[in-house]
Amino acid sequence: MELLTPSPGLVFWTSLTFVILLVILRKYAWPSILRALKVREETIHFALEDAKKAKEEAEQMEHQRKKVIDEARKERDLILKEARQVKSEIIEEARNEAREEVQRMLEKASRDIEMQRKDAMLEIRKTIGNLSVEIAEKILKEELSGEEKQKKVINAYLNEMNFN
Amino acid sequence: MKKIILIFFLLLGSFSTQASGEPQSPDEPVDAFGLIMDHISDAHQWHVVDYTNSRGHEVHINVPLPVILWHNNSLWFFSSGHFYHEQEPQQLGNDYVILHEEQFYITGDEGELEMDAEGNIRNASPLDFSITKNVASMILSMALLLLMFLSAGKAYARHGIAPARGFRAVLEPLILFVRDDIARSQIAKDKADKFVPFLLTMFFFIWINNLIGIIPFFPGGSNLSGNISFTATLAVFSFLVINVFAVKDYWKHIFLAPGMPFPIKILLVPLEFIGIFTKPFALMIRLFANITAGHIIILSLISIIFIIKSIYIAPVSILLSLVMFLLELLVAVLQAYIFTLLTALFIGMSTTKSEH
Repeated sequence: MELLTPSPGLVFWTSLTFVILLVILRKYAWPSILRALKVREETIHFALEDAKKAKEEAEQMEHQRKKVIDEARKERDLILKEARQVKSEIIEEARNEAREEVQRMLEKASRDIEMQRKDAMLEIRKTIGNLSVEIAEKILKEELSGEEKQKKVINAYLNEMNFN
Repeated sequence: MKKIILIFFLLLGSFSTQASGEPQSPDEPVDAFGLIMDHISDAHQWHVVDYTNSRGHEVHINVPLPVILWHNNSLWFFSSGHFYHEQEPQQLGNDYVILHEEQFYITGDEGELEMDAEGNIRNASPLDFSITKNVASMILSMALLLLMFLSAGKAYARHGIAPARGFRAVLEPLILFVRDDIARSQIAKDKADKFVPFLLTMFFFIWINNLIGIIPFFPGGSNLSGNISFTATLAVFSFLVINVFAVKDYWKHIFLAPGMPFPIKILLVPLEFIGIFTKPFALMIRLFANITAGHIIILSLISIIFIIKSIYIAPVSILLSLVMFLLELLVAVLQAYIFTLLTALFIGMSTTKSEH
């Protein structure tokens, strides 16, 4: 039972020691220790949060970049497509125009040829007429020296003329 | 640190060696119970070592401790060496005092004890505020704690948030453990930090005294944390902290037992009221019993050698007590943890507003 009987002396000294420890440590040890630990934890916490934020930002920027690149690529494709279309349109147009021009030129040429042919025919006719007159004149001058001859020549020429 | 070593050597210098006349006869049966009780009870001197010198005399080396007695409204100071070495009673004003089985009794000038019919001593005892072995080891633990944590505190103030190095790196996980897993896990978040210094002090105070108690040689070996006075005092501190900071809901819960039918209230309120006291009482008994039991087991295992008087049992005995020592190391921290955890739990219960 001696073990279970509290002794006042030890109770007193234990109380005193514990109170001294509590007071001294509470004033000089725990605050600085706990503060340092808390500050460190908060620093780590904030650093982690900042890192997370930075990472998120970087990811967002990366996302943005990809989006911009994608858009640029799409635009490029669109422009290329349009350009190709325009090109084919232009070529088509040019071809059509060329064809039309050719057609026109051909038509004009054939018209010119026709006209020239006609002119030439007229010219020829005129020339033939003139020649005929000249020839007739010459023949007449020569042949008409003799009656017989004149008649013969006229007949001969007239015959020839009929063949034409 | 140097100061502590100096104090240690001063203590060594004050050792009293005492050679007793007759060597113990080897046939005498070993009083294992007396030996064990002697080791786990408090003493007014600090026993260092006994040995038999070359002339066959037994030599006891003890550190005498100051004796402080309160008698007739005044304090009396002695060295405990006088009580152990001299057979005459020491004068205490008009009265005389003797030390009998670590207890002081007021006697006449002959130093005779008066016994009643059942063999109980009828002499009065003065109030004993002596620096006993337990008090001395408690002062040692206080010095160690102050050294540890004041230097750690200074180091934290100097190095700020840099990672802890050296001894601080050992203390830091423990401090964090007490703060996070004892205080913050049991007490409401906004109130937990207020109790952290108290819980930290309590945890380290109990733990270091448990550890000093396990050290089998001087300056350890005191059974302070296995002493009911020590555990009772700490339990009273727990009790005070639990109830002083309690919120209104806690008292309402105890004395009104809201939400219960009246007949049950009649039963419940006294139970709850007793519960206020049984909680710290259980703390007191748990720490006392665990530490004392550990000491008794180790001492018993060692005593087996002397009871059986055979060298061949020694390896078994030593091996078993080694296992017990390792277990005691665990128990030392475990009991400090349990004491602090339950205190925190009860504080948490008394400071939380309950939802009924």
